[in-house]
Amino acid sequence: MPLLPFLFLAALSIIFAAGVILQRHPVHSLLSLVLTLVVIGILFIGLDATTVGFLQMIVYAGAIKVLFLFVIWLLNLQSQPIEGGHLALKFVGALGSAALIAELLVFVLHLPPPVGHSKPLALDYGSIGKLAQGLFTDYLVAFEVTSILLLVGVVGAVALARRTTAGSAPGGAP
Amino acid sequence: MTTAVSLAAINFNWLPILPLLVVTAGAMVVLLAGVRVSDRDSEGLGWLSLVVIAIAVATSLPMLGAQQVTFSGALVADDFTVFFYIVILLAAAVIVLMSLDYVADEGLPGAEYYALVLFATAGMMLMAAAGDLIIIFLGLETMSISVYILAGLARTDVRSNEAAMKYFLLGAFSTGFLLYGIALVYGATGTIKLHALSTLAVGASPMLLLGVGLLLIGFGFKVAAVPFHMWTPDVYEGAPTSVTAFMAVGVKLAAFAAFLRVFLVHLLGVQSDWSIVLWVLAVLTMTTGNIVALMQTNLKRMLAYSAIAHAGYILVAMTVGSSAAGAAILYYLLGYAFTNLGAFAILIAMARRGHPHETIADLRGLGTREPALAGAMAIMLFSLTGVPPLAGFVGKFSIFSAALNAGYVWLVVIAVLNSVMSAYYYLRPIVAMYTDTGGAEVVRIGSRPALIAAIAIAVIATVIIGIYPQPYMAASTSAFTSAFGKPPLATTASLHP
Repeated sequence: MPLLPFLFLAALSIIFAAGVILQRHPVHSLLSLVLTLVVIGILFIGLDATTVGFLQMIVYAGAIKVLFLFVIWLLNLQSQPIEGGHLALKFVGALGSAALIAELLVFVLHLPPPVGHSKPLALDYGSIGKLAQGLFTDYLVAFEVTSILLLVGVVGAVALARRTTAGSAPGGAP
Repeated sequence: MTTAVSLAAINFNWLPILPLLVVTAGAMVVLLAGVRVSDRDSEGLGWLSLVVIAIAVATSLPMLGAQQVTFSGALVADDFTVFFYIVILLAAAVIVLMSLDYVADEGLPGAEYYALVLFATAGMMLMAAAGDLIIIFLGLETMSISVYILAGLARTDVRSNEAAMKYFLLGAFSTGFLLYGIALVYGATGTIKLHALSTLAVGASPMLLLGVGLLLIGFGFKVAAVPFHMWTPDVYEGAPTSVTAFMAVGVKLAAFAAFLRVFLVHLLGVQSDWSIVLWVLAVLTMTTGNIVALMQTNLKRMLAYSAIAHAGYILVAMTVGSSAAGAAILYYLLGYAFTNLGAFAILIAMARRGHPHETIADLRGLGTREPALAGAMAIMLFSLTGVPPLAGFVGKFSIFSAALNAGYVWLVVIAVLNSVMSAYYYLRPIVAMYTDTGGAEVVRIGSRPALIAAIAIAVIATVIIGIYPQPYMAASTSAFTSAFGKPPLATTASLHP
């Protein structure tokens, strides 16, 4: 990926990310988040990870966004003034974040300088075919366990949300 | 763009995955069988779960002595895996035994309860058998999400709701740390396979260290190490007692299994970087857990802080990192599991519908009213204190001697002081049971055979493991050394404070 477009997109994603926490209205925050995720998706595509880039946009900027909207709508969130915490708390918080940023900077400065593509990529690098091959060979167990994980999620959602008739509910049956 | 994939290149070995399949399929069967079962008579589902667990234990045994990495390194079949498979399955079996009456009494949804216990068990086993970081993550999530839901199954109880919500939010947060750690480790090394990490981890790059640090935080949350322990007391207190027992034992076993395999087996190359952090964590965890436990009057909260303190003792051994310490941890976990299961089962025996009876005051005079129950409780508390000849004593002894042999004198001094301090809060309930009068009325234990069986198993195991430790110690040693895949590496522990 050429340097100039990368810098442009990177700056854009940081600006949008800042928007997520700076906007007062939850829907505006969400909009900033969607834009951040779209820009990151484009960055992925620029790095030849085409499938991941599109998945990023479809799953996060698409599906997850709708979920967030539902939650905002369900809780009837309005724009609220950002609560100012205790001054001492703010001071400690600022100090903590400053320490973390300093630590990260030290880490980044110690990283070896990034290298460009040292070798040409395979033709099908980042393609769906390549991804599927990984999923059904090397990561087969992980792939299958994910389905169990989803099943657990469904069972749990039903168990916690299903309507009961005053204390003595018939088990399982809806 | 299609490339032929040679299926022969993938190693399908059913050995390590068979018990997992049994437990997962069993969970689904329980779920389906529960459709027509009312919550008041869910006992049958419990017995069905016990059968599933028994089959899973039987299918785990052929793996003994195997030394294989299967499914492209996703799962590992060795004695370490078998050890944790069996201890986790036994813990699950005791949990089911103590739940049979309790779940029906409390009106918890039986089908979901037993199915989720089995799903969580599968997740725990997956963490123990994991050969790469993704499997650890997925096992952890399967386990955690099941347990979040189990904690909140008592839907009309506000404390249970609070426990589930707190556990879910903080758990999800901590999983983020773990996942970010995995991502950074992958970024630094280009692999998520554990056996590849053990060769790559020598020339530690900053990115790898950052990833290892985040992994440490993720595991720290799950084993409730200070300062990542904030969720523990409220969650332990609010969840249904059988679920609390499952959290205190099963979750901890699985989390330590993965923690041990990642850090003590495969990340030994950067041991000098993480052992200092663990040293601090161990001291903080032991001391905070014990000091705060001194002030508790609620037994579930006290056991929560005691669980934190015990995680601290295990972290002492992890700091040492020698193979003797690793074996000591496995032995310690074995004793810890049965002791805690017993203590929580006795709390269940104390409880009546709507009356949890879980404060120290409720125990007063139990020694005269229910001598057997009081005696069992005393044995559990003595074992947690570390009184010989019970399992807790031998466990602590082996951890402390492993640490001393590696030259960690100060760490052992702090641990022993902590252990002495813990005697105060463990002995307080015993004094209340045998000297005071006027505690809570208890349902006659004689009418609940499954609960008696659960308590009996815990008591017998705690005593036998303590009195005759050699076979269990030998099993722990061979299990831990087998995780290396070859004779244990020479350790480099003694250079650090």
